Amino acid sequence: MAPTINWALDLLVGWAGLSVAPDAAIGYVLAALLQVAIILNLAAAGALVFIWLERKVAGRIQDRLGPTRVGGRFGWLQTLADGLKLLSKEDLMPTSADPLLFRVAPYIGMAAAVAAFVALPFAGAPHPFVAQHLDVGVFFVLAVLGLEVFSIILAGYSSASKWSLFGAMREAAQVVSYEVPLGLCAVVPVMLAGSMDLVAIGDVQRGGIWNWHVFNDPFTLVIFAVYFTCATASVNRAPFDLAEAESELVGGFHTEYSGLRWSFFFMAEYTSMLLVSLLAAILFLGAWHFPLPLGLTGDGWLGSVMGANVASYFGNLLGLLCLMTKGVLSVIVMMWVRWSMPRLRIDQVMTTCLKYCTPLAAVCFLGATAWQAAFPGGLLWRPPAPYVEMTNDEARMTKKEDAPSISSFVIRASSFKPEAHQ
Amino acid sequence: MIWHSVLFALFAALACGFAAMVVISSNVVRMAFYLVLSLSATSGLFFLAGADFVGAMQLMIYVGGTLVLLVFGVMLTAQQQFVNMLPSRSEFLLAGLLGTSMLVLLASAAFSVPAWSGEGPKAAALDNAPRTSTPLALGLIGLRVDRDPNSDEPLAGYLLPFEIISVHLLVVLVGAAYLARTRVTAGSLSQLPPGGFDPDDVEADPETAEPQIAETPSA
Repeated sequence: MAPTINWALDLLVGWAGLSVAPDAAIGYVLAALLQVAIILNLAAAGALVFIWLERKVAGRIQDRLGPTRVGGRFGWLQTLADGLKLLSKEDLMPTSADPLLFRVAPYIGMAAAVAAFVALPFAGAPHPFVAQHLDVGVFFVLAVLGLEVFSIILAGYSSASKWSLFGAMREAAQVVSYEVPLGLCAVVPVMLAGSMDLVAIGDVQRGGIWNWHVFNDPFTLVIFAVYFTCATASVNRAPFDLAEAESELVGGFHTEYSGLRWSFFFMAEYTSMLLVSLLAAILFLGAWHFPLPLGLTGDGWLGSVMGANVASYFGNLLGLLCLMTKGVLSVIVMMWVRWSMPRLRIDQVMTTCLKYCTPLAAVCFLGATAWQAAFPGGLLWRPPAPYVEMTNDEARMTKKEDAPSISSFVIRASSFKPEAHQ
Repeated sequence: MIWHSVLFALFAALACGFAAMVVISSNVVRMAFYLVLSLSATSGLFFLAGADFVGAMQLMIYVGGTLVLLVFGVMLTAQQQFVNMLPSRSEFLLAGLLGTSMLVLLASAAFSVPAWSGEGPKAAALDNAPRTSTPLALGLIGLRVDRDPNSDEPLAGYLLPFEIISVHLLVVLVGAAYLARTRVTAGSLSQLPPGGFDPDDVEADPETAEPQIAETPSA
């Protein structure tokens, strides 16, 4: 992105007789600012929509209408009214609280939730829509997702309230346990795609709904169900919201919080809900690909009509729409589950994780491996994987002609015969 | 590029600053918090160097592991709220001595790397190494970046040592779970009433029971 910005700037200042080098720093700074702004606004606008949606879904499930007045017909400005109310609330802190940790805790959760979006692609090859294209994207997203629990534990501890501490300890036990099956589930798409790169994982699922990882074999269908359960638990949503448990712990970890700081916890919760939903869509639900192969890409029929570059950009825009639709739909499923199921007890939460999710994930992992060994190409037609250009600009710039490239290394690996060395 | 140096200095300063705060602070949970920040800044250094895998590993293992440390810190030390740890003077001296000798060791090791001091093969050779996790995984099966695959010398992979370490870890975990389990004999479970204990009905063990002072005035 940065070289493109520099090229555009060069074109712009060319009238004044100036020039901008293709690797000038300003392009990098502008590209970074632009990407950060987009991600932050996605998080903010997402929370705005999802809080309203949560009220609407809750209302419909409980045979009510939900918000109807603020902002016209569907009450779609309800979240803004909520935000104004929260802004005008008094900012309280218990006198015995640890002031530094109490203040800093809400921001940690928000920062962790937003940081994971940096490596999350929104559309695929050949020029993926991703802020930082990491070749270990899955790993990075899961690692950053696990950091969010810090905010809850710090909030619970620093509030100097027994309800908060109870909530924090429950959350710690829950998150540490559920990371195990979550990781096991995320390994399966990595194995099927042969890559930890989220763009590559998304793009091997192209060509139709039968190529989506969730429908690859019966085992991955179960794995997807386990992933969804564990993801719900890891973002602290009902029926796994023991850390709040307002009927027993007042408000759990956020008992002592009010106003804007309180709202930061909920911004973080809705942002990470969207994150795990988008991750589920990329890992299992065909990422940015439409269920049927429409050929609206650079190498499809559209490419021959509009030219490959324009068509692939257009295809990426459609893919972005497709991915967001899948993400929002699975967020709605999470809301549906929340308002339909009672909260679990802590021992039931642990039983679900250790006695059901973990063994199920392990067995299905083995099953999926065996299936992959038996039918390596899948059962139905699968298009060849596309060429993905790494957007790691720095790597591209420092690449030398005589340097051994990754592809040459892989080619050597595939032609490597062990018996020659015996 | 100068921006790399600026960002490197920023992350390095953050890592060192928060590491110093860990030592200076006396509150257990704040220490853990500063440790988290210091380790995160270190992972930032890894990302800056293009080592995404190591950076994510740092986040997953060290920063995530500190979480467990923090929880245990709270659970095992929280006799009252916000425990402050005040080490004695001899502990201070010993820790200082250990830390200084470690620093001297690491600094001398760092300054003895020929590529960093301008002698020997310049770092340009290192720049050419492919920057993905693929060579790492290929190294496991014996195709190593530092060897020529067309030569006749046998290629030893890392896979066997890696697996041995993994199985060893698993054995340690099972052993820890075995040692930490509640000791329940076959008979004692069946003696439990279906609804569990009623604490008032359980007879106190005369050796460990507290003396019942509360009843003395009424008697």
